[in-house]
Amino acid sequence: MSEQLDLRFLYRKLRQIRRVEEEIARIYPSDKIKSPVHLSIGQESVSVGVCSALRDDDVVAATYRGHAAYIAKGGSLSRMFAELYGKVTGCGTGKGGSMHLVGMDKYILGSSAVVGTTIPISIGYALALKREGSGRVVASFFGDGATEEGVFYESLNFAALHRLPILFVCENNAYAIHSPLKKRWASTQLCERVRTYGIPAISIADSDVLEIRQWASEAIAGLRRSETGPAFLECHTYRWREHVGPNEDYQSGYRSIAELQNWKEKDQVEAIGVRLLPSERAEIDAEIDAEIAAAVDFAESSPFPGPEEVLTHVYAS
Amino acid sequence: MYTPANGQRSLRYVDALREATIQEMERDKSVFLFGLDVDDHKGIQGSTIGLQDRFGPERVFGTPLSEDAMTGVAIGAAMAGMRPIHVHIRMDFVLLCMNQLVNMAAKAHYMYGGQVRVPIVIRCMIGKSWGQGAQHSQALHSMFMHVPGLKVVMPSNAHDAKGCLIAAIRDDNPVLFIEHRLLYSTECYVPEEPYTVEMGRARICASGTDITLVGISNMVMECLRARDLLSEVGISAEVIDPISLAPLDIDAILNSVNRTGGLLVVDCAWTNCGASAEILARISESPKLHGPVQMERMGFAFSPCPPSPPLEQAFYPDPSKIAAKVHSMVRPLDREWSPDPEKTILSHELQFRGPF
Repeated sequence: MSEQLDLRFLYRKLRQIRRVEEEIARIYPSDKIKSPVHLSIGQESVSVGVCSALRDDDVVAATYRGHAAYIAKGGSLSRMFAELYGKVTGCGTGKGGSMHLVGMDKYILGSSAVVGTTIPISIGYALALKREGSGRVVASFFGDGATEEGVFYESLNFAALHRLPILFVCENNAYAIHSPLKKRWASTQLCERVRTYGIPAISIADSDVLEIRQWASEAIAGLRRSETGPAFLECHTYRWREHVGPNEDYQSGYRSIAELQNWKEKDQVEAIGVRLLPSERAEIDAEIDAEIAAAVDFAESSPFPGPEEVLTHVYAS
Repeated sequence: MYTPANGQRSLRYVDALREATIQEMERDKSVFLFGLDVDDHKGIQGSTIGLQDRFGPERVFGTPLSEDAMTGVAIGAAMAGMRPIHVHIRMDFVLLCMNQLVNMAAKAHYMYGGQVRVPIVIRCMIGKSWGQGAQHSQALHSMFMHVPGLKVVMPSNAHDAKGCLIAAIRDDNPVLFIEHRLLYSTECYVPEEPYTVEMGRARICASGTDITLVGISNMVMECLRARDLLSEVGISAEVIDPISLAPLDIDAILNSVNRTGGLLVVDCAWTNCGASAEILARISESPKLHGPVQMERMGFAFSPCPPSPPLEQAFYPDPSKIAAKVHSMVRPLDREWSPDPEKTILSHELQFRGPF
């Protein structure tokens, strides 16, 4: 891929996530989306950087703030919007909601609303891939808060012990709901903690999408050769909107607008966008807006599940 | 029940578990077995012994003491198409797995719109006696019965242990497979070929006309002994083993109650909010129930399990207490009666010695 084509690809993904989230925020006051949304605005580059280093048959696991990973891995926008609307055509047939997006056709494992829960599930999937032996890998996304859960350390240990093909990706946005790191971490040396398990760990400060992809690609190449165990990326990033919901919350006092401004200057949608010709960019923007409009139309015009659906899929048969 | 006829093979419960595992692992390459010490020299009281030599360390392996993450590993591997069996030597440890079992295993098929399946078997063992104490003795099946998406089976004999384990491994849902330590040495007829014992189908272990006894797990054995003692005073008790609690074959119990007119549920657990409460509630609210029926239940004393022998004896139901309770239900106007204590002791319980 030429450099320009590559930038177009990255911009398209970054912009797609940004615009989907903005569209959700626009629709939200209408109450058509009755699902708690944890928007990825500001954090797009982590998912795009990592997923652009993956093959189609690689696997991702994400969190309740998982729209970015779902889209970056190629999840259907129509089925995503339909899920947010609670429609039967949604990726979870209206039984998951925003926090439980899934797309097994694209190897997107279902996300969880309970912090840290998908980490061991992704290592279980990685165990199966290692037994399969075809070089596939798992990228497991989670937030800084998840690294405070005991299961995180249990999972690191097991993945390292069994040399599993998994890339751990910590999206460190510095807040667990409204609690800043300094109230939660005795030490900020997350990568040092991880390295004690023999897992190589890199911290990326500015959420630069090219840098994230470069480190992810190197780590994944090692995982595919099965020479090493797991690898770990800590990507510093920033959530622009409130923890849950469509709005900003800088008036509430737990964080400052200056902090946001600092991160907005590093905005990766813009950083990659300015490297395209204005006409190229406009063309991509228009395509994305058309795609999103079609996805919203699909959601609006899809039927709700019938009440009898409440009891289907409780058990697999 | 399943007393071996001439030439039929008798097998212990523990060996039936092992045989079921071997046969399924030979049949299906996606089955694997893991858990703390499944690969050690004791092999979970013998139920997993030698399996690592037979199937290799990729399919049979011990784990770190990370029950929470290991449950997630089972779920993730299952989503990728494998069929893990995760073993806990005590059910008390499954409390460390609750987030994964309740929030993910039970719900994944539903909340992901049928896109994934979680065919996992969680083998765990209830301990009893010889001072097991408060954290090596709990029977927490009702916690799992409460949650849609989970199946709960509690085989009471070697025949069902094998058939239920094979059924559980082949099932596409998460199954809590709950064993009882004191049943491990019990023997009965167990066919050599693989077979399944279907979940959701109760069994009448012994028929009777005066009252229906529903026993859960090892309480089936205790109810059967109580039945023998009661027959000496002319009371005829029917004993039902639900085998699986989720799904629960309430119709089999209801039909029996409609014949006998009485019901006593004996659980190897606490009664409040328990399996016994659920069974009584479902019978009570059934429109198919004929007439007024006397219903009671028995279970653990409402305390943690104490290790001191006299306290332990006061804590558990036993055949004597069951028989006395039945007598008071069936013949409420008679003087209180309880059987000769010498006759109430179960041989397999007598065999059991510590430490584990």
